[in-house]
Amino acid sequence: MANFTPVSAAIGGALIGLSAALLMLLTGRIAGISGIFGGCLGFGIHDKAWRSAFIAGLILAPLTASWVGYAMPSPQMPANWVIIIAAGLLVGFGSRLGGGCTSGHGICGIARLSARSIAATTIFMFMAIVVVAVTRHLLAG
Amino acid sequence: MLVIAALICGLIFGWGLLISEMVQPAKVLAFLDIFGAWDPSLAVVMIAALVVSVPGFRLAKRRERPILATQSVWPAKMGIDRPLMIGSALFGIGWGLVGLCPGPALENLATLSPSVIAFVVAMTGGMTLHDFWPKRRPMIRQEETLVTAVDG
Repeated sequence: MANFTPVSAAIGGALIGLSAALLMLLTGRIAGISGIFGGCLGFGIHDKAWRSAFIAGLILAPLTASWVGYAMPSPQMPANWVIIIAAGLLVGFGSRLGGGCTSGHGICGIARLSARSIAATTIFMFMAIVVVAVTRHLLAG
Repeated sequence: MLVIAALICGLIFGWGLLISEMVQPAKVLAFLDIFGAWDPSLAVVMIAALVVSVPGFRLAKRRERPILATQSVWPAKMGIDRPLMIGSALFGIGWGLVGLCPGPALENLATLSPSVIAFVVAMTGGMTLHDFWPKRRPMIRQEETLVTAVDG
């Protein structure tokens, strides 16, 4: 647990919870990123404006944070492009088929005590833990 | 007003991911790596988020309508069905491979990292593929989409 950062995790987590609560109180929408972003892509969806604004805020956050001296770390990504593309496809397709991702199911859904979301979160956490165990310990070991 | 509220919520969400370091795939993978040097930070992020969102959602449920819109869109689907389980399993595999889920992936576009851009393009492709996937029961599906919203 050498890299455990409970204080920044708690502050950041509280902000994520605040964003989800505010979005529901103000606009009546669930702060699920895959749902919000997925709705930006679909044809015949007429509420693209608030969806695009939320995504814009998400992407602009590092810029505004840099004004107060908070630097965005450069992401550590796998070198293998096949893995990157495959993971992107799985995350995109899976989140739409499953009706949500880490934010929609993991935070908003659990906050609503939705059985669907608790099941979804358990399944994707379990699968991700298995994948990391296999790639880091079984294959690399 | 709705657009400004959504923009501000997006900014707060992004700051949350940034401060908690959940934008860093390595930090997420360290949480998922329970057999390695386990970093429980992501669990603290989720708990802290719930501490704030649970009372917020309770408050929202009690109100007749949201402050800036005519009605709230609560997810209406009930029951744990096959698409939920298969979709979540596929999502989990992809998440475990790279350590990116949709929120951090989109926020990381700000770094202009080519591999993040490739991930987001593939993710968008995966979402589009799902939305255009031929449905076996088109009539029932159409009715379903009229009355229900996605979970998140």
